[in-house]
Amino acid sequence: MKAEVDLNRRKALKAGGSMGLLALFGGLGLLQSGAALAEWNKAAFSAKSMDDALNALGVIIPENSATAIQLTVPEIAENGSVVPVSVASNLADIEQISILVDKNPNVLAASFVIPQGTEGLITTRVKMGQTANVIALVKAGGKYYRVAKEVKVTAGGCGG
Amino acid sequence: MGMNRREFLQIMAIATAGGFVLNSEDSHAASDASRMYDLPRRGNVSFMHITDSHAQLYPIHFREPAINLGVGAMSGQAPHLVGNALLKRFGIKPGTAQAHAFTSLNFIEAAKSYGKVGGFAHLATLVKQIRASRPGALLLDGGDTWQGSGQALWSNGQDMIEACLELGVDVMTMHFECMYGAQRIKEAEEGILKGKMDVVAHNVKTNDFGDPVFKPYVMKEMNGVPVAIIGQAFPYSTIANPRYFVPDWSYGIQEENLQSTIDEVRKKGAQVVVLLSHNGMDVDLKLASRVSGLDAILGGHTHDGIPAPIPVKNRGGTTLVTNAGSNGKFLGVLDFDVKAGKITSFNYKLLPVFSNLLAADPSMTALMQRHRAPYESKLSEKLATTDGLLYRRGNFNGSFDQVILDALMKEKDAPIAFSPGFRWGTSLLPGSAITMEDVLNQTAITYPYSTLTEMTGAQIKNVLEDVGDNLFNPDPYYQQGGDMVRVGGLEYTCEPNAKMGQRIQDMRLNGELLDANKTYKVAGWAPVSEAARDKGGEPIWDLVARHLRNEKVVKVSTPNVPKLKGMSGNLGMI
Repeated sequence: MKAEVDLNRRKALKAGGSMGLLALFGGLGLLQSGAALAEWNKAAFSAKSMDDALNALGVIIPENSATAIQLTVPEIAENGSVVPVSVASNLADIEQISILVDKNPNVLAASFVIPQGTEGLITTRVKMGQTANVIALVKAGGKYYRVAKEVKVTAGGCGG
Repeated sequence: MGMNRREFLQIMAIATAGGFVLNSEDSHAASDASRMYDLPRRGNVSFMHITDSHAQLYPIHFREPAINLGVGAMSGQAPHLVGNALLKRFGIKPGTAQAHAFTSLNFIEAAKSYGKVGGFAHLATLVKQIRASRPGALLLDGGDTWQGSGQALWSNGQDMIEACLELGVDVMTMHFECMYGAQRIKEAEEGILKGKMDVVAHNVKTNDFGDPVFKPYVMKEMNGVPVAIIGQAFPYSTIANPRYFVPDWSYGIQEENLQSTIDEVRKKGAQVVVLLSHNGMDVDLKLASRVSGLDAILGGHTHDGIPAPIPVKNRGGTTLVTNAGSNGKFLGVLDFDVKAGKITSFNYKLLPVFSNLLAADPSMTALMQRHRAPYESKLSEKLATTDGLLYRRGNFNGSFDQVILDALMKEKDAPIAFSPGFRWGTSLLPGSAITMEDVLNQTAITYPYSTLTEMTGAQIKNVLEDVGDNLFNPDPYYQQGGDMVRVGGLEYTCEPNAKMGQRIQDMRLNGELLDANKTYKVAGWAPVSEAARDKGGEPIWDLVARHLRNEKVVKVSTPNVPKLKGMSGNLGMI
């Protein structure tokens, strides 16, 4: 029975697709107005180096904090084109969570604006061309915190 | 000399009756035999553990590595000990049956003296014997059981599935089992195995929603004690092997998920929690230091026959880490004594399966014969004879790899060849016939395509560096198990302690340094990409068989192994 339920949920989600999600976000007021979208930080997303990206984000000196931020990434990517990244943090007053990949052509991969009172948890996928450090950058209470983990991108084969 | 069980017993009887001591290998063997399988029960919770049999239903020879280098913190530590260093670490007397089982020392003579190892009919007898003294004991299979022989390949693992049911496997996890395709293992789980064997893996999820693909764990009650067995499939199944066989599944070590699974089974009342793991021993040792609440990790994948468990401290206490070898050579037996909900003591023994010392179980024998019959004539074809020892296991080329590489270079007319660093593949003694079965024991995979590729010197270096890092990365979580890619034609120097990109040095072809920009023809097999699958390519076993039929006699020379830098004194080589 459980398998059928799962299958139905799967079908429903697939059929509903992005429209459903859009409606959900819209309903919760998470999708912001055109004015907010215009705040796209072009300089940060175009930055070619870690320093430039951090500068464009307005980061002064982020504090290393493996205790305040939990970054979940695979040790070795199964597919460099879609590397799952989760960032969770229990810091108070989180405003922003960003993901940076230090060896990508554009270092800043994603940046999330976290509305007041929202749980500090995001999950996304990033593209990686080679072995690199993935950095989670969290802005909370006006301060920046970071944690990094290496993700290996390998040609594969020859195991076993 | 080879002896069967009856001869062994006769020698023992004569020696005892005559009151004299036979001063030969045989007397050692006979006295070892009388003690080896006498294993009194030492607790109320018992697990038997097999792993990585690689479909070897029949007795075989398997030479343990003479080189298994440990780098960084792993240097000089189990499992990176070979030969006398391993014997010394685990207190095994040289020149004994045990020493033969766990090392490559004096391999040819010892193999002749002690005979073949493994074989499911002999293993079945041992399992029955252990079960008889341990009511309620569970038999766990760590995976890489359904793959590794021609018969298993052609029957889609059906022979092994039925042999495992006959053996009485209660719980399994997986690696190469998935390389028959996602559908095959699910169909077996929901069909023939249903209600008889649990397939567990906490770390296999669907790509889309992250839903579990298998049960993460199973809970059982053993003599009134609730126990949990959590499964850990090979984390790098979609990286080390073709992703297209399991396109919708995602693997990985998934430490956090493991911890929450342990917490869950503890909350449900499990008093003994074990992880049935296909991580590989280095990964298991690191994992044991980082998660809490596991009593033992029964491990496989890296084929390390480790005589005693390695205790690893973590914030919750101590976790025992074992690895039970490969090719059906060993049965691990772990006893826990549990009193008032707490483990008070444990006892572990990794028993070598000497085929001459254990009678063949009749019903397993019948099952094996039934599955072999359709393939008998094809498997028993004699292709050539070998004048020396053929083996694979070791960090770099084994002599059987060399045969495959020579075949590839000749048949594909290429100056360079690559062959995967698999750790399965049985051994043949000098003077043996090489049959089609023997070739398939080195090559039987579901992606056997032989390839011919134009590669620049720089690309060749990248491949060697990439595989070298899978083997020698100082952080075990970045290792994939398996050994260094086997290399034909090309000579090189390897510095395992160097960083990725700097380990492979001085690559030479016919004495000339490889040119980074020049293009070379490289023959190979076992490609993981879909493009290579679609292109086809002759199965490697047909190519090697043709080569062997032409050669008739294989003259075994020293395999093409790299010069090593910075490894002198490493206890992982003889």
